[in-house]
Amino acid sequence: MTDTATLLEVKHITKRFPGVVALDDVSLSIEAGKVTALIGENGAGKSTLMKILSGVYPDFEGDIYYKGETAKFTGPKDAQQQGVVIIHQELNLIPYLTITENIFLGRELVTQYGTMDKSRMRKRTQELLDRLKLKVSPDLQVFKLKVGQQQIVEIAKALLTDAELIIMDEPTSAITGAEVEVLFDIITDLKAQNKAIVYVSHKLDELFRIADHYVVLRDGKSIESGKMAGMTQDQLISKMVGRKIEAMRKTSGRGTYVPLLEVKNLNLKSRVKSGNVLSNVSFNIGKGEIVGLFGLMGAGRTELLESIFGLHPAHSSGEALIGGQPICCDSPARAIAAGLALVPEDRKKDGLVLGLGVKNNISLTTLAEMESLGTLSDTKECELADHYISELRIKTPSKEQQARNLSGGNQQKIVLAKWLATRPKVLLLDEPTRGIDINAKSEIYKLIIRLADKGLGILVVSSELPEILAISDRILVMAEGRLTGEFLAREATEDGILKKAISFKQ
Amino acid sequence: MPIAYSRKNFARFQSLIALFLLCLALSVLSDKFLSFSNLWNVMRQISVNICISVGMTLIVLTAGIDLSVGSVLALCGAITAGLLKNGIELPSQNLYIGFTVLGAILAGGLTGSALGAFNGWAITRFNVPPFVATLAMLTVARGLTMLWTGGFPISGLGDTFLFIGTGWFLGIPVPVWISIVVVALAVFLTDKTRIGRYIYAIGGNESASRLSGINVNRVKIIVYTIAGALAAVGGIMVTSRLDSAQPNAGISYELDSIAAVVIGGTSLSGGRGSILGTVQGAIIIGVLNNGLVLLNVSPFWQQVVKGLVILLAVIIDKSNGKNE
Repeated sequence: MTDTATLLEVKHITKRFPGVVALDDVSLSIEAGKVTALIGENGAGKSTLMKILSGVYPDFEGDIYYKGETAKFTGPKDAQQQGVVIIHQELNLIPYLTITENIFLGRELVTQYGTMDKSRMRKRTQELLDRLKLKVSPDLQVFKLKVGQQQIVEIAKALLTDAELIIMDEPTSAITGAEVEVLFDIITDLKAQNKAIVYVSHKLDELFRIADHYVVLRDGKSIESGKMAGMTQDQLISKMVGRKIEAMRKTSGRGTYVPLLEVKNLNLKSRVKSGNVLSNVSFNIGKGEIVGLFGLMGAGRTELLESIFGLHPAHSSGEALIGGQPICCDSPARAIAAGLALVPEDRKKDGLVLGLGVKNNISLTTLAEMESLGTLSDTKECELADHYISELRIKTPSKEQQARNLSGGNQQKIVLAKWLATRPKVLLLDEPTRGIDINAKSEIYKLIIRLADKGLGILVVSSELPEILAISDRILVMAEGRLTGEFLAREATEDGILKKAISFKQ
Repeated sequence: MPIAYSRKNFARFQSLIALFLLCLALSVLSDKFLSFSNLWNVMRQISVNICISVGMTLIVLTAGIDLSVGSVLALCGAITAGLLKNGIELPSQNLYIGFTVLGAILAGGLTGSALGAFNGWAITRFNVPPFVATLAMLTVARGLTMLWTGGFPISGLGDTFLFIGTGWFLGIPVPVWISIVVVALAVFLTDKTRIGRYIYAIGGNESASRLSGINVNRVKIIVYTIAGALAAVGGIMVTSRLDSAQPNAGISYELDSIAAVVIGGTSLSGGRGSILGTVQGAIIIGVLNNGLVLLNVSPFWQQVVKGLVILLAVIIDKSNGKNE
């Protein structure tokens, strides 16, 4: 191995989105021939940083020095040509094209006649697959591969270009055992060829095996960087946490505990691979209780809420009861009738009809009640909308305004309003404050607490630890489809929770 | 913002303005255009397209499409005509069932509803894309029409039945009355009822609608059933007007219908549009057809012009969407 040389340096990068500062004065350096681990909680700014390095976000404040010169990546293709490639966590392959066609997509080899040089591309692909020890034909269509194999094809795609810097975003999230070993061999190989690698993973034990350096991001700031050697997992975890939101639930004086929602032995089969997305999940929520559910990406949080709400009747098993009554959850309508409400993670995709007005979105769940003499009563709809616009302080020029024109916080309030209109007993909130500004966040926290005081049982899924600590009475932790920990909020610490959420063993 | 406001208003009325300009131009170019007999003639021709386009609008609002309306129209017209003229004869059972006008019309209407319901069922139960499911129905219904008629027109249906297509009531042609009633009911459905709201919601965001507890599949089946029933209404009107059920009636009607929907400003991706917009679209197409005939434009050029008008309408609509 040659001397350590800085390949890429990031200096004082700040990236703003409307209402959010995603990266705040971040600086770091990446050395050739080394693996740099990028560590941080969900929302710490890792993906934004990766997108800047790979040219997806060409506009930002600050400088990048690449091979000693100021560099500017105008787009992913430009970054690629300059030698920076990224292997995305979500696979970007075209399912019905073959492995060869995917690998050479957009950079096909041509013969002197201008036609595609299939034999040369096929031969090159075969070499790459051999090197990656993937024993399949280059002519196989990608959708026939297992997810892990597809991940390998992604890696092959990155190796095809003469990359100097390879960014790997959770490369082991879809692969197991032997495949991971192959990947690590490849990484060792690449290091020997003096390539630089940025490795993002939640699996700390992996990082200790292959990373040379670490960079910790927190709240969009680079907190610390250094050599992996000599660090312990506990030390790393304590660097990842450290934010505080003042606890809002000062008392847990909710009197006697009356269970409201009981979930027993919930299982959910995976549709893509063998095994379960959820395994034997059992818990309950009391009347007036706020339970926080923490887990890292892919822990099964959203799937848990969806299963309770009846969205996966064919694949799930187990029991859910509200107030001792079993809810026969095979459709959202049944779940709503039983007193459940689900505020989904992606409000634009699953929460709102963006082209409908504020009023019509709010009344969508309770249109049956908006009727008089078989026709919709505009008066009743207006009353309902006015009630929630003032109660939740939804800022909108009028109640006819299309939902798409409102800010994220106000959109989220509309989703909450339409669910509160069903007068639920249990609220399931999936990332209720994602992508909304600080003020709207604190309003939503206060609302959640007010609702709990009225006796609702509330389950809040969040990737933000400080948020969970601030508003919950009790905290459940999930990892890989199982409940792995339970804390009373006043006794919980960020370190403690994070330890339960990070899987140390494969 | 007064400028933006007036611009929005202009967008709302632009198809009316286009229609007005079209009529103005035609009345200058042809002295026949602005006569009562011609106007009623145009209205009578348009009323069939209005009926099936109303059904098409409901489907397109849910982000679907129905290619089978023309064939279903032909089958329903043929069934009504056949039952009216010949009844059902089962010689082996020594049985003959005769049909009154009302009975035959009901049978035609039920056929249309059933085929529409079948479309909806295939689409929701098996997740078949609407384009494919209704394309299949286009062929099936046309084949059934040929089987039922043996490939020959069924003519001579009696004066009572002819009243539907050719009669007058209170100084207005009966087909125009029928289309007015259909439009009024559809406007009521879309504006005033729960199912109407669900139609818009599903077209706007199916996933959010499902999560809101709406039975998306049921709404879709209802919508395709209504469209089938309205195709039957159109088929009965056509049959009555010609005093004959033609086995190849309604060919390419689905295209005129989709054109009316699109010119009327309904988005093919669903969730946005209106019944009254479609009515305007159907009138524009009808007036354009009529005008080109009056001006002795060759039928070949007529098709070219119609196609370009559709394209232009959608381009204008898209640019309005961006301004919103």
